[in-house]
Amino acid sequence: MQLDSRVPSGPIEKAWENYKFEMKLVNPANKRKYNIIVVGSGLAGGSAAATMAELGYNVKCFCFQDSPRRAHSIAAQGGINAAKNYQNDGDSIFRLFYDTVKGGDFRAREANVYRLAQISVDIIDQCVAQGVPFAREYGGTLANRSFGGAQVSRTFYARGQTGQQLLLGAYQALERQVDAGKVEMIPRTEMLDLVVVDGKARGIITRNLITGKIEAHVADAVVLGTGGYGNVYYLSTNAKGSNATAIWRAHKRGALFANPCFTQIHPTCIPVSGDYQSKLTLMSESLRNDGRIWVPKKQGDKRAPAQIPEAERDYYLERRYPSFGNLVPRDVASRNAKAVCDEGRGVGESGLGVYLDFADAIQRLGKATIVERYGNLFEMYERITGENPYELPMRIYPAIHYTMGGLWVDYQLMSTIPGLFVIGEANFSDHGANRLGASALMQGLSDGYFVLPYTIGNYLASTKLEKVTTSLPEFCAAENGVAEMTKRLLSIRGNRTVSSFHRELGKLLWDHCGMSRNEAGLKEGIQKIVSLREDFWKNVNVLGSGEELNQALEKAGRVADFFELGELMCRDALDRNESCGGHFREEYQTPEGEALRDDVNYSYVAAWAYPAVLHKEPLTFDYVHPSQRSYK
Amino acid sequence: MNLTLHVWRQKNATDKGRMTTYAAKGVNPEMSFLEMLDVLNEELTMKGEDPIAFDHDCREGICGSCGFMINGVAHGPLPKTTVCQLHMRHFKNGDKLYLEPWRASAFPVLKDLVVNRSAFDRIIASGGYVSVPSGSAPDGNAIAIPKQDSDRAMDSAQCIGCGACVAACPNASAALFTGAKIHHLGMLPQGQPERKKRALRIVAQANAELFGSCTNIGECEAVCPKGINLEVIAAMNRDFLRASWSARPDAVVAE
Ligand SMILES: Cc1cc2nc3c(=O)[nH]c(=O)nc-3n(C[C@H](O)[C@H](O)[C@H](O)COP(=O)(O)OP(=O)(O)OC[C@H]3O[C@@H](n4cnc5c(N)ncnc54)[C@H](O)[C@@H]3O)c2cc1C
Ligand code: FES
Repeated sequence: MQLDSRVPSGPIEKAWENYKFEMKLVNPANKRKYNIIVVGSGLAGGSAAATMAELGYNVKCFCFQDSPRRAHSIAAQGGINAAKNYQNDGDSIFRLFYDTVKGGDFRAREANVYRLAQISVDIIDQCVAQGVPFAREYGGTLANRSFGGAQVSRTFYARGQTGQQLLLGAYQALERQVDAGKVEMIPRTEMLDLVVVDGKARGIITRNLITGKIEAHVADAVVLGTGGYGNVYYLSTNAKGSNATAIWRAHKRGALFANPCFTQIHPTCIPVSGDYQSKLTLMSESLRNDGRIWVPKKQGDKRAPAQIPEAERDYYLERRYPSFGNLVPRDVASRNAKAVCDEGRGVGESGLGVYLDFADAIQRLGKATIVERYGNLFEMYERITGENPYELPMRIYPAIHYTMGGLWVDYQLMSTIPGLFVIGEANFSDHGANRLGASALMQGLSDGYFVLPYTIGNYLASTKLEKVTTSLPEFCAAENGVAEMTKRLLSIRGNRTVSSFHRELGKLLWDHCGMSRNEAGLKEGIQKIVSLREDFWKNVNVLGSGEELNQALEKAGRVADFFELGELMCRDALDRNESCGGHFREEYQTPEGEALRDDVNYSYVAAWAYPAVLHKEPLTFDYVHPSQRSYK
Repeated sequence: MNLTLHVWRQKNATDKGRMTTYAAKGVNPEMSFLEMLDVLNEELTMKGEDPIAFDHDCREGICGSCGFMINGVAHGPLPKTTVCQLHMRHFKNGDKLYLEPWRASAFPVLKDLVVNRSAFDRIIASGGYVSVPSGSAPDGNAIAIPKQDSDRAMDSAQCIGCGACVAACPNASAALFTGAKIHHLGMLPQGQPERKKRALRIVAQANAELFGSCTNIGECEAVCPKGINLEVIAAMNRDFLRASWSARPDAVVAE
């Protein structure tokens, strides 16, 4: 398959402007004749649904939580980037673009990233106007901080709850459109299939999570803003309900899945405490601005941290990366934490942890400043661990956090199925092989407020859409398929719970396709996943019926998809014989143990057709010359 | 540690519901409360009994999905803590715990500990926003906002919409929730143009949803996981009164 990214020609600074001028517009009076489905109410879906409704389209928006305000974007802590250069420290659109392409280890599409950097400035304006209470200086201007991987202060934040405040802004804009009758919001409802008619996305099949009712919905275009798939690992910083079902089922209907093995491990999470553990909690990366990371120099040093004198501590990031120190990008910080723990120098009960120490910062800035900057994060840490981080250093360990991979989209954010658009974390677009901190919120809102509402108009204005109804055979077949799968899951009544399968799958993936990967391990991982999947379909135990609120049934459907996605992730990782960003193949590293890219053979987006057929979108770099990333 | 749990079980919205007793054995003090229930649910499933339904998602105290009463207290005994962030180290061996859903006529029970809180969304839809279409905003630094004001706006904007305030209130009032939104937007220059209309419409919507009136009892503040201050209710009352005096009637009925 020839993948056409549809990047406009001409200089990159003008690409988006030219595109906007050249695209076809839908006449304002005609917009209300179009029905658009948006699945997801996070930053991406919520902002897109609100904006398209403002423009006049009829929007139906779905989410699985009881309210759109609870999408997992709510949990983002640290902040959102924008090239405002308010701090006068040399930031610019080009620098944000450059940092993002480089941070993504040269596996992202330049034109998309440039557009993202351009739009970043509008996002902040929009959010301020909505009443998002960003942090401010005493003079009343917006405050900024620097964030992992950047040497300028371009991150805007609202205490440690930036995602919450941005999401509430989008949610309020969405509810305004609900009130205006332009958005029908359908919560507690899960999309379980995509309906394709004449090669175009024309609707979805959903299950009402309270009544179990399976329903078909027709539309002129379908937008997926369903978030990332990090929960394939069971333990991750995602919410318990985060899942891949919407994108996976669209993939099975023909949408290519790009770079599934590009997953991000966040260096600063609270370590696992036991096998009942249900999720991992992130401690915002902004903590690395003031906290210093260390482990004892000696192996197996079980002394309390205060008992270990300065000379016997190894501030390993400051030592190995003198210019970035504790602020190296996430992948580098995570791998180094794993390395020191593998050497037997990890801290805490399990030995899987490193210290993040604020003693110096408290002395330098005073406790009040630390409370102001991180108070709520410190409280959260204490609530979970029972330890006071003002007195004891925090213990942290890497955890799965974000998925750069997702459905393949072109410059218009349209997948390989015409009329199916994918936004936010659910697409693969802007972060290459590694995402920089504070840029997912930026991307979600850029897609939703500023890109999709234009590009979808171009599609609608230039496409002939036949009238369809839910009585078409395509809708009936998809609806029956969903009902069948529900019945099948409920009829197995085996001897293992859904969660126990999910936990085992997650462990398999973490071991074989986690922080570092190798050929033998990946091959073994695939075999184990396949056999565990067979066992799942013979032995899973889902009680109750499909006609009621049945949380085990919801989970079972999601885990069934995770099994298939997990296998594809391993295949993708196996195909990519290089290390780049979050994808570290042990066979490909520099003598110092840094990731070794292979630009000659692997400078492409791996876009997979179902089942596991590889297509490639070659990447070219005209503005940022690929170099070995160095943070020394 | 071993606990006795008395849990409200109700099959669906029309079922009458009843308390059922379970033994939670070998509970690890490092577990979260919801992890303790996860383990119990795994056991129930393997015994062929319907697991206990409860809402949850982020398990980080921010999405506002979780919440039920533990021994009559919304989100349980620890102040400023959602039930997903409550850990078992705060309980002791032999404790008897009564778990019940939020009780309010505006929050009907859907199953076990799960209630319908869509009234909160309708309240926000009635005016909890600034009307600013995408792409029409001036530069973010165009209006300087005193740090104190934006900090106070943030204090109220932190509300997670969990509904604990309603559950704790003997009148089942939503005043802390509605007050928090009115105060958040009222503190900021961006919120001024619609300030009066917002107060009038939100208060009217809360009444229409059958939330009770506020009689200044303060239970809401005591259970609020985000520590939202009672003064937001005073701010709401002030805005409502002012708007009632001075807003032109067509400003209320318009739309
Ligand atoms: C703990 C944490 C902290 C983070 N901190 C930062 C940060 O500081 N800065 C930053 O830039 N990024 C951060 N990120 C990343 C960022 O928050 C996410 O990438 C981003 O918010 C994703 O937004 P989204 O709209 O794509 O998806 P989400 O917000 O996850 O929304 C997904 C939506 O899809 C719906 N949905 C999913 N599946 C279905 C289905 N099958 N049917 C119906 N509805 C469905 C859900 O109900 C939900 O409404 C953080 C992430 C985490 C987990
Ligand atoms: S589960 Fe999100 S607040 Fe408790």
